[in-house]
Amino acid sequence: MDETDKKILNLIQTGFPICEHPYAEIGSKTGVSEEEAFGRVKSMVESGIIRRLGASFDSRGLGWTSTLCAMSVPKDQIERVASIISEYPGVTHNYERNHKFNLWFTYIAPDEEAVLKTLREIEEKSGYGPVYNLPMLKKFKIKVNFQFKEKAGGEAGK
Amino acid sequence: MKKEITATDVRIMAELQRSLPMTMRPFETIGAKLGLSEKEVIEKTRSYGEKKFYRRFGATLRHQKAGFKANGMGIWSVPDEAKRQELGEKLAARAEVSHAYERPSFDGWPYHLFTMIHGESEQEVLDTAKHMSEETGIEDYDVLFSVREFKKTSMQYFDHWPSVVD
Repeated sequence: MDETDKKILNLIQTGFPICEHPYAEIGSKTGVSEEEAFGRVKSMVESGIIRRLGASFDSRGLGWTSTLCAMSVPKDQIERVASIISEYPGVTHNYERNHKFNLWFTYIAPDEEAVLKTLREIEEKSGYGPVYNLPMLKKFKIKVNFQFKEKAGGEAGK
Repeated sequence: MKKEITATDVRIMAELQRSLPMTMRPFETIGAKLGLSEKEVIEKTRSYGEKKFYRRFGATLRHQKAGFKANGMGIWSVPDEAKRQELGEKLAARAEVSHAYERPSFDGWPYHLFTMIHGESEQEVLDTAKHMSEETGIEDYDVLFSVREFKKTSMQYFDHWPSVVD
C-alpha cells in the first residue's frame, strides 16, 4: 500500500462518489487518472484490503431495531449455544469473550417484539439464560473509518 | 415502523448492500442488471443517503489487514445517571475509540457505558483503557476481548424485508 493507495482509501472510506464516473472523481482528488484510480481500487478489493464497497445501511434509519445481547454459558456448551444463535439471519456478530458473560451477539429485527421473541426462543432452545438485552440507549460515537497517516504534504490524515 | 420503501427500492438497495460491481461505471452496471437507467440508480442511491437509510457509502476495510490488530470492548460502570453524558463524551473523545454507547444495566451487570477500543495489541488496548479510567475517574471498568469469533457478517436487510408495495 503506497501513499496514493492511502489517499484513495481515506477518500473512499468516508464517501465513494455517487456519480457516472466515480473513478474519474477519485482520480482527480488523488492526482491520478480515472484508469489508474480504478485499477488501484480493483487491486485493493482483490487483495482483500477493501472488504466491501457500498452502502452501510442503518437499522434505525430503515426503521428496524438492533440490540447487543449477552449470555453466561458453561464453557463446554459454548459451541452448541453459539451455533443455535448464529443460525438467525438477524445475528450479525457472535463472539466468545473473556468474561463471566462469555457469549455476546448482536441482533437486528424489524421491531422490538421480534427481538424479544427471538431472545426467548434462544433461551428455550439452548436451555440457558437469561439472554440479557442491551439495546443502545444513547450514542456518543460511531466511527467506522480509520484515517491512514499520510506523509507530509498529504491533506488528509486527520 | 417501516419507512415508505417500494419493491424497486428494495431491489436497488439489495445491490448497494453487496459490493459494487468492479466496473468503471458501477451505477450503470447495476441499472443494466435491474432494467433501470444509470441516472435513476444514481438519484435513488443519493436519496437513500438523504433519508438516512445508510450511514455511509464507501469502502469497508478488513481492519486486520490494514494494520489494526486488536480491539476490546471497554465496559464502564457509572451508577450516577447524571454523570453518564459527560463521561460518555469523554470516553468517546479518544481517537482509539470507534464506538461509544450507553446501554441498560441489570442486577449482576453494573456497566452503563460501552466503548470499542482499538490498538496494535491487547496490551495497547488495556493501556488505553487505563488512561481512559484515569481521565474520567471511572474505577469500575473492564475490557472484554473476543476469544472466538462464531459469526461476523453484514445484515442482509433486503433478503428479509417483511413486505413491500410499489
